[in-house]
Amino acid sequence: MKPSPRMYFASLVLVLLGLVPIYAAYLGEPFYLTLFGRMLIFAIAASSLNLILGYGGMVSFGHALYFGIGSYVVGILASHGLLNGWMHLTATVACCAIVAVLTGLVALRTNGIAFIMITLAFSQMFYFLFVSLKQYGGDDGLSIGGRSNFGSVDFNNGTVFYYVCYVTLLAVMFAGFRLVHARFGMVLRGSRSNGRRMLALGFPTLRYRLTAYVLSAMTCGVAGMLYANLTLFSSPSYLSWTMSGDLIVMVVLGGVASLMGPVLGAISLSLLEEALKAYSEHWMMILGLLIVGIVLLTKRGIYGFIQDWEQFGAASSSLSGSAVTSAKYDKQGEAQ
Amino acid sequence: MSFSLLFVQGLNGLQFGILLFLMAAGLTLVFGIMNFVNLAHGSLYMMGAFIAASLYNFTGSFWLAAIGMLPAMLLLGLAIEYVALRRLYDRDHLDQVLATFGLILFFNELARTIWGPTPYYMQVPDALSDTVDLFGIPYPAYRFVIILVGLLIAAACYVLIHRTRVGMLIRAGSSNRLMVGALGVNIKLLNSLIFALGAALAGIAGLMAGPIMSVQPGMGEPVLILTMLVIVVGGVGSIRGAFLSAIIIGMVDTFGRTALPLILRQYLERNTANAAGPALASMSIYLLMAAVLALRPQGLFPVKNG
Repeated sequence: MKPSPRMYFASLVLVLLGLVPIYAAYLGEPFYLTLFGRMLIFAIAASSLNLILGYGGMVSFGHALYFGIGSYVVGILASHGLLNGWMHLTATVACCAIVAVLTGLVALRTNGIAFIMITLAFSQMFYFLFVSLKQYGGDDGLSIGGRSNFGSVDFNNGTVFYYVCYVTLLAVMFAGFRLVHARFGMVLRGSRSNGRRMLALGFPTLRYRLTAYVLSAMTCGVAGMLYANLTLFSSPSYLSWTMSGDLIVMVVLGGVASLMGPVLGAISLSLLEEALKAYSEHWMMILGLLIVGIVLLTKRGIYGFIQDWEQFGAASSSLSGSAVTSAKYDKQGEAQ
Repeated sequence: MSFSLLFVQGLNGLQFGILLFLMAAGLTLVFGIMNFVNLAHGSLYMMGAFIAASLYNFTGSFWLAAIGMLPAMLLLGLAIEYVALRRLYDRDHLDQVLATFGLILFFNELARTIWGPTPYYMQVPDALSDTVDLFGIPYPAYRFVIILVGLLIAAACYVLIHRTRVGMLIRAGSSNRLMVGALGVNIKLLNSLIFALGAALAGIAGLMAGPIMSVQPGMGEPVLILTMLVIVVGGVGSIRGAFLSAIIIGMVDTFGRTALPLILRQYLERNTANAAGPALASMSIYLLMAAVLALRPQGLFPVKNG
């Protein structure tokens, strides 16, 4: 594949993200490590959501559920004095998988609007569950005594932790790339475009969709686990509906069904929030209007914008051409 | 558990269910007929409560507040529909979710800017601050009036949907929107009408909930989520389903909160029951929804087509 401007841009963003600790050390501002570490973690969570939302066409409005589970696994285990990182990781992945299989089996029986509402309802259910767990902080959340202990990889060192997040993000992106372009991803994208036809072709689409849902949930759980290590806090607000909404905004803002989109979305939403917070106390009002405006005016997010620009500049490449056709297929599926 | 407690809790459940129905009736039409995901319905409820509370505190009359709130909500509904949502009907659900999510952020912050972050108080009107005597059991008059008004509105909705020409078009629209448009009905006007109607009903819910719940920014979302449960359990697009499932959810939630901890205490030891009771109670309606969906994905009372 000939490298396109889009790929240069993506590599540039990723390389710059990798250079943040050097920049922070140069300026003596460890705050940047926290800020950009948060972006990386949200990028992981948004990438996980993108797998089912972008490629699978399942608009989950409850993905913060798994983010919250990941953070609470760390919080609850740490409150019992268990700090072994591998144990945290295993428990997070196992809990997310169990919850995702159970809720996914119910939620995937529906489509469209009902699926959106059911995923939202499930995440609210767990939100209220954690709020009512008084022994683990309830409403106030849970302070975490110590970070996950991964032996020689010391999470207490800001730079090391930043690179752990960075490598995790790269790994998630690489795995996502391989998955989406494998047979599994083809079936997943096929069932988004036309589920009935895939069924008629003999693919058990529910199984594929459920697998994607569970994989995505486990990845999002890992993001939550990292976030708990970053903030040293688990709060019910991590699994509130606004968090789910933020994740969707990130995916759509960056560009649905693209590898780089969620990363760009996470970075730009975080930067936008920081900028608006500095500008006005009522930044949520501006952000709300901006989101409405972005939805009304743009089609495929920032990454889609870069794609269009690229097509405009050069003769249309075959890759982005296929993206346009798949978007057309979506419209047809919607109309039926 | 004594009979009088059971009776009062039953009425509380009914009253809660009625409030949910007022929200769900408008939203289920928007979902069912326009195939549009409107998350901002909770914001309409909140705005209704705030507008009514301000009018009430300004004029001192609950009735004036009610009369003033209705046209304000109709206008607000029409304005939102005209400015933003109308452009989104043909887009996919993701865009609709996102745009209405933005509207929620906007309205919550707007309310916080205008009315402040602390709860805004709204008194129960003097005429209704007493209790009424129901079979020898006293019950707050205001809550009783909510039940009556809600039942009246439910009846009016039934007549509107099943006995009038507009209702016929609405039902036809929910079965086959394209065909209704092809037959020369102004679908755009019908959409605006449904949306404004939903906004007014949400406003009424906000007005009536104002004195018994706290009026504050962000009050709409918990109610919105319960409303969605009602719609999913009842079957998308069905007013009858919305009414029945609203009552069911109201009852299950109320009894889950009061009776479940008591029942658990009889079977489990005290500490476990105290810990598990509230957790299970707050999850009860979601478990109900999961059970309904596992058995009947289309909802309990779906619209019958064709």
